[in-house]
Amino acid sequence: MTARVGVVTFPGSLDDGDAARAVRIAGAEPVRLWHGDPDLHGVDAVVLPGGFSYGDYLRCGAIARFAPVMETIVDAAHGGLPVLGICNGFQILCEAHLLPGALTRNQHLHFRNRDQILRIESAGTAWTNAFQPGQEVLIPVKNGEGCYVADTATLDQLEAEGRVVARYVGGNPNGSQRDIAAITNPAGNVVGIMPHPEHAVEALTGPSLDGLGFFTSVLKHLVGAPA
Amino acid sequence: MPRVVVDVMLKPEILDPQGQAVANALPRLGVSDVASVRIGRRIEIEFAGEPDLDRAREIADKLLANPVIEDFTVRLVEADETADARS
Repeated sequence: MTARVGVVTFPGSLDDGDAARAVRIAGAEPVRLWHGDPDLHGVDAVVLPGGFSYGDYLRCGAIARFAPVMETIVDAAHGGLPVLGICNGFQILCEAHLLPGALTRNQHLHFRNRDQILRIESAGTAWTNAFQPGQEVLIPVKNGEGCYVADTATLDQLEAEGRVVARYVGGNPNGSQRDIAAITNPAGNVVGIMPHPEHAVEALTGPSLDGLGFFTSVLKHLVGAPA
Repeated sequence: MPRVVVDVMLKPEILDPQGQAVANALPRLGVSDVASVRIGRRIEIEFAGEPDLDRAREIADKLLANPVIEDFTVRLVEADETADARS
């Protein structure tokens, strides 16, 4: 059976189309989910895509957190549903308290758009099990508010529990503490990542095919997961 | 009608690059005696009935501020004080 991976569209989402395409290229069936509809339509996993949900008014992700679809996703994530938040999706996951910390304005105040090397620090999550720990991947980064911050105790806990999923290598594009590019929750089913794996899934449009691993990982995870 | 004013500020330990950029621009105005600038957000809430500070605090905690990175204060102001603050 083909896995069904939901991709949520909020007003202001930009990368929902690319995320759905990445899901399809990885071999799953993308299912478009709408922010105003709390029904997840039986999907096996969910991607919260990049963009500027609700215009990023107030704070990035602050209003999206209260969308009807998010209430269902938060409950399902606590129950083990794999959820990947990319860029704005990562911000939404932090605002929804599914992940600790927050994403703030890039330290240098500039929007950063470039191909970025990441080191996969944890291959134990639902979204990174196709990688080797320590593997370096090339994935586009494009954000204005991607500076990951948390208090020292939280950062130490993330490190101690192996929950830093990826770090920036060869230059930190936004000032994120400890070069953090991606983190996960204690169960490893919820991952937030600031760079965009969905933009690196085919040679024609991306700098590499490295992003595909995030999407094939969740398929692997779903096959191995108890029903 | 009294309003509830919510002031939201980044916590002291969180870097405020916007404030730094403003502080760095001040010397261009000939201002050299400012040690630091921090930028926050002021939100005015008008209730349909009597202003409710507890309700405002709940709104601030859940939506207006992100307690991970921001502190907030909630206070009542009279309408004319609001006008003064704008002038």
